[in-house]
Amino acid sequence: MKVAVCVKRIPDTAESEIKVDDTGKDIIKDKLAFIINEPDNYALEEALILREKSGGTVVLVSIGPKETEEVLRIGLAKGADEAVRIDNAGLAGSDAIVLAGVLAAYFRKEQFDLVFTGCIAQDTQDSQVGPALAQFLGWPHAMYAIRFENKDNEVVVRRELEGGSLEVKRLNRPCVVSFQTGGNAPRYASILGIRQARTKPLERLDIASLGLEQDEVGDTGSKTRLIKLYVPKVSSAAEILQGTVDEKVSKIATIIKEKGLL
Amino acid sequence: MSVTVLAEHRQGTIRDVTYEMLAAGRRLAHEMDGELEAVILGDDCEAMASELTRHAPRVVCGCHPALRYFSYETYQHVLLKLIKERKPAVFMLADSALGADLGPSLAVKLDAGIVSDVVDFHWTDNELVVSRGMHGGKLNADLSVKHSPAIVMVRQSFFRPEPIKIKGELVHYEVNADLETGLQTRHLGIEELSISGIDITKADILVGVGRGVKEEKNLEPVQEFADSIGAVLVGSRPVVDAGWLPKERQVGSSGKTVKPKLYIALGISGAFQHIAGMKGADTIIAVNKDPNAPIFAVADYGIVDDLHKVVPVLRKRLQEMKS
Repeated sequence: MKVAVCVKRIPDTAESEIKVDDTGKDIIKDKLAFIINEPDNYALEEALILREKSGGTVVLVSIGPKETEEVLRIGLAKGADEAVRIDNAGLAGSDAIVLAGVLAAYFRKEQFDLVFTGCIAQDTQDSQVGPALAQFLGWPHAMYAIRFENKDNEVVVRRELEGGSLEVKRLNRPCVVSFQTGGNAPRYASILGIRQARTKPLERLDIASLGLEQDEVGDTGSKTRLIKLYVPKVSSAAEILQGTVDEKVSKIATIIKEKGLL
Repeated sequence: MSVTVLAEHRQGTIRDVTYEMLAAGRRLAHEMDGELEAVILGDDCEAMASELTRHAPRVVCGCHPALRYFSYETYQHVLLKLIKERKPAVFMLADSALGADLGPSLAVKLDAGIVSDVVDFHWTDNELVVSRGMHGGKLNADLSVKHSPAIVMVRQSFFRPEPIKIKGELVHYEVNADLETGLQTRHLGIEELSISGIDITKADILVGVGRGVKEEKNLEPVQEFADSIGAVLVGSRPVVDAGWLPKERQVGSSGKTVKPKLYIALGISGAFQHIAGMKGADTIIAVNKDPNAPIFAVADYGIVDDLHKVVPVLRKRLQEMKS
């Protein structure tokens, strides 16, 4: 079984304040740490579990600048066999559909049985790449998978619906499966794994080597165009209590008491 | 120029997001000086279609036995034809388990623009401008989208449904295609989330923890605090994903929707998926280090501080008050 896992390197903004830069089209990133997009980490774990059971090869595929290789090396250290970085030169302004098209150009050249992705890119909040990639390839897909079983000529996935119920779905193979978080426990890289990762193959491609023309990608290839980024205004703002921890807590305790909330 | 809203339903019931989209879609159609219509697909959706005519001036109802369960393949088959015939400028669907399975592949097939997590849209100078969330709701982006058509995936539990009641027209749409052949996927069933412990939707007081709790061992003082005030401890998705709380304790769109008298959110930044599940609480108190955390937009009272400093003091203060 040859499995590709599409991963994205993103800034970790979960616990930090976001500021927009002077261009109004990007965020200030120099103080942010970069991590693997979390759902992709679950997709990678699922691929590694599958390889442990049925053998085969796990290939990481990512679109991004040189720094993306840090994330790819971590994935290799966790156990992926090979990595491919498609350089993002010429891809500025590409929307998720265009990026799915770039990935599709790669997957048309290589033979894979399965492509795993995360269900959402946590930076742009696009949940599009998996299903769009599948459509470009003419393969079936499933979004929000949290369980995956590989059968003879097909796969069975359980995908999460609102309210926590699961849809059980059968897909022909090859297919694209986009994973939600929580279905497994992603491993950490071992010291040995980190050492081995240094010598594992990492292929570098660009849009020209995938046979893509510049006008098919970037701004010209995209049907959406970014106007501006901004921090949304807090609409019905909470009453923010001021003072030391003791003072703030005393105020909250008084409110709880006066309103009879307990 | 028209706006078409794809109605979402499950087990014979129209999902709330449908009414939210119809309310937002009506406003957009008005700006475009265009028409609003709803499309509903299913095997036996007459009753639901007729219910929708009270919310949309026109409801297009397509019935076929193969549409009994949602499948992006059968839906896509019907919608490709329908969209080509009816040519809406904007095709709206929910950013949901259904919408995200269907929208992107539909966009590829139609060669259309598509935007996820949409929270606003306007029609200006014959151009569609949408606002969408990024970075867990901490950032918004305004984008222009080509409308041939534009596929807009709308954030759930965001727009307010309108109580307006009209008498719309019901249009039967003939689905005569062979929807059973050549399918690459098959629906095998639904497994409901089983609840073995406490039903969190029935609790009066909930203490919610999020990513800000940082480590599993930090959960203990929070649990003790919850116990001391007779509250049930619940969590946002990252806490449940980490295995620190069982799935049945997850609050949010992919977990449970709760409406307690009091919800104390500790270290929860307030991703929209979580907010969708708890914004109906009578009173919300939020503790978070980030003053711009979206949770403060729905909270009644906020403390900007580290939850680990606040919790012990709060527990002590509330205990003193009781005695």
